[in-house]
Amino acid sequence: MSDYNFAYLDEQTKRMIRRAILKGLAIPGYQVPFASREMPMPYGWGTGGVQVSAATLTPDDTLKVIDQGADDTTNAVSIRKFFEVTAGVATTEDTTQASIIQTRHRIPEADLREDQILVYQVPIPEPLRFLEPRETETRKMHSLEEYGLMHVKLYEDISQHGAIATSYAYPVKVEGRYVMDPSPIPKFDNPKLEMAAIQLFGAGREQRIYALPPYTKVVSLDFEDYPFVATKADHVCDMCDASDSYLDEVILDDQGNRMFVCSDTDYCTGRQQAGHVGALGTTNAEDAA
Amino acid sequence: MTPLLQVNDIAKFYGSHVGCKGVSFDLFPGEVMGIVGESGSGKSTLLSCLAGHLEPDEGQVQFDTRADGLKDTIKMSEPERRMLGRTDWAFVHQHARDGLRMNISAGGNVGERLMAVGERHYGDIRAKAVDWLDRVEISEDRVDDRPTTFSGGMQQRLQIARNLVTGPRLVFMDEPTGGLDVSVQARLLDLLRNLVREMGLSAIIVTHDLAVVRLLADRLMVMKGGHVVEAGLTDQVLDDPQHAYTQLLVSSVLQV
Amino acid sequence: MIRIENVSKSFTLHNQGAAVIPVMHGASLSVAAGECVALTGASGAGKSTLMRMIYGNYLVDDGEIQIGDTDVATAQPREILQLRHDTLGYVSQFLRVVPRVPALEIVAGPLLAVGTPQEQAIERARHLLQRLNIPERLWSLSPTTFSGGEQQRVNIARGFAHIYPAMLLDEPTASLDVQNRETVLQLIEEAKARGAAIIGIFHDEAARKRVCEREIDVTQFTPGMN
Repeated sequence: MSDYNFAYLDEQTKRMIRRAILKGLAIPGYQVPFASREMPMPYGWGTGGVQVSAATLTPDDTLKVIDQGADDTTNAVSIRKFFEVTAGVATTEDTTQASIIQTRHRIPEADLREDQILVYQVPIPEPLRFLEPRETETRKMHSLEEYGLMHVKLYEDISQHGAIATSYAYPVKVEGRYVMDPSPIPKFDNPKLEMAAIQLFGAGREQRIYALPPYTKVVSLDFEDYPFVATKADHVCDMCDASDSYLDEVILDDQGNRMFVCSDTDYCTGRQQAGHVGALGTTNAEDAA
Repeated sequence: MTPLLQVNDIAKFYGSHVGCKGVSFDLFPGEVMGIVGESGSGKSTLLSCLAGHLEPDEGQVQFDTRADGLKDTIKMSEPERRMLGRTDWAFVHQHARDGLRMNISAGGNVGERLMAVGERHYGDIRAKAVDWLDRVEISEDRVDDRPTTFSGGMQQRLQIARNLVTGPRLVFMDEPTGGLDVSVQARLLDLLRNLVREMGLSAIIVTHDLAVVRLLADRLMVMKGGHVVEAGLTDQVLDDPQHAYTQLLVSSVLQV
Repeated sequence: MIRIENVSKSFTLHNQGAAVIPVMHGASLSVAAGECVALTGASGAGKSTLMRMIYGNYLVDDGEIQIGDTDVATAQPREILQLRHDTLGYVSQFLRVVPRVPALEIVAGPLLAVGTPQEQAIERARHLLQRLNIPERLWSLSPTTFSGGEQQRVNIARGFAHIYPAMLLDEPTASLDVQNRETVLQLIEEAKARGAAIIGIFHDEAARKRVCEREIDVTQFTPGMN
């Protein structure tokens, strides 16, 4: 039994956050302001996601935490330990076993189910921020559905690069109403935003929560003659030979040798254990993990 | 014929100081109204009240909307007024920087209003932007350049293109040639004359420059101390001024 | 077509001790369609002043100025603008030059203003400039650099571009040589034949006698001169 209240936050705070979450679910894509608390990690280290997870967790939940798709990076490990200590919940690296998944900048490759919740860590929730620095103005634009400026950004990309160059944090329109920043996930993940699970987005420093209920319509912005394409590196995973997952590029030495590996570690491990082997993989499943 | 804009008894006060008071007029389609006065006359305050940038303390500003006929624009909801500002109305600022997005390309600036009303074909938007840049005499090869690389006159012409691309019916202009070199002014005025005639625009132009109103405006209002002291046909007010102040103004203009 | 009744005007110069200068009193005249009436009188008698009042350029203190059905003395600015568009033409003594606008466009202007298609308007402008002996190489140039006589002829061409039912001509033959004077007089005769009612000021007596049916000495309306 720990000296912390369950999942660190006091009950009143959790109530406040839950209210914000419910509001966010009722208005998909709308940024709900909330009173972000002081957390034992600095801003920029996932405090928004942690607060949302803390308010959502129950003692029976199983938690998975990933950072850029990996369970074993420092941040993922720290946050997972945090909840092990303050909430005492079961944790896992297996996507299919988790009931709550907190993620930084990726959506897991495995399809999520109706009984799962995906919690995103969000740095800048406002999709219009870099074009319109005034908060007063962007709030008006959202409430009046004035999104011409969003397409101006895409126009600028095409005029400068010949194509829409935005490759992550690609803006989407939710249920035909609000334009939303899906957090810095690669645009490859955008189609997955239409899923069976509940998706919650938390920005701690900016103090905003937004949400997507299951099966919400999410459309990536584009032009008729420059349609959205979910692209990834034109390779297969060198460990598990997957051709359909998002890949990380790893530099191997100073001679310019590199390899491509699934960003989703759980997905890659699972495939290797099932016998798939990539160009640089080994047949020994334990070595690959 | 229904007036395009019906202004009734507009007043704006800054504490006890009169910004403007008792201003009424009707503007019909295709008419250009000039408002002249010296600094402190209230002409900019009046323009801001008419264009929905300031809320007047008294009076009505009624606009003949396409869908619902004459509507009071002051009592309109903000979404409606903002929509009006993107479609039927246009505002050309004195300083182009206030009316442009300086960190967006010229093409993006012109295309923004199109995208704001739902256009979604990049090729079409770009073609329209290039066409409009051509109409304001900005060469096509500048379409991807930022306005920070443009001269003052070019920035002003870009501002005009950006405003007129959605075919507004009423254009508000605040000292459109202020601060520009004389030769640049001449070019801009010529452009404005042609566009106003070609597009059948109505316009309300605030300026302190009598030569500009002589050239562009059909009708004229002279303001002093927040009040309209004289109004009528431009050439009549300038050639046969009745009010003491107007007479002073006209006789003060230096001849070249 | 044109009927002026009991028109009076004075100027009040507020900045010169509120001096009141009466310039016209009880002016009356009428012009029928197809007629040309000349205003005569000594310099300063008020010929140009009367013309400007008819055009709405000067305000009227008293009286009526009927052009067709419109009373210019009491009409709304909008109505006067409409009148000037469609019905009442005015050739002043001076061409107010707009920088950059080519002569062709200046002449075509009144036609474009009433909705004539571009090509037709330009064609008519060409025709008139040719008649008035403006060299073709000048057509695409702005009259800012033209001589006084050339500017005057562009002014006249513009005045006759649109077929106005009523016309005011202030010294249309001034500073013109014999050949161009002849052309202008022909233009006036053609306008009359079309039914235009014309009021003109002609310094040149021979021109006056040739095109005008009547003469009206405005000195009779000038306070202090009669």
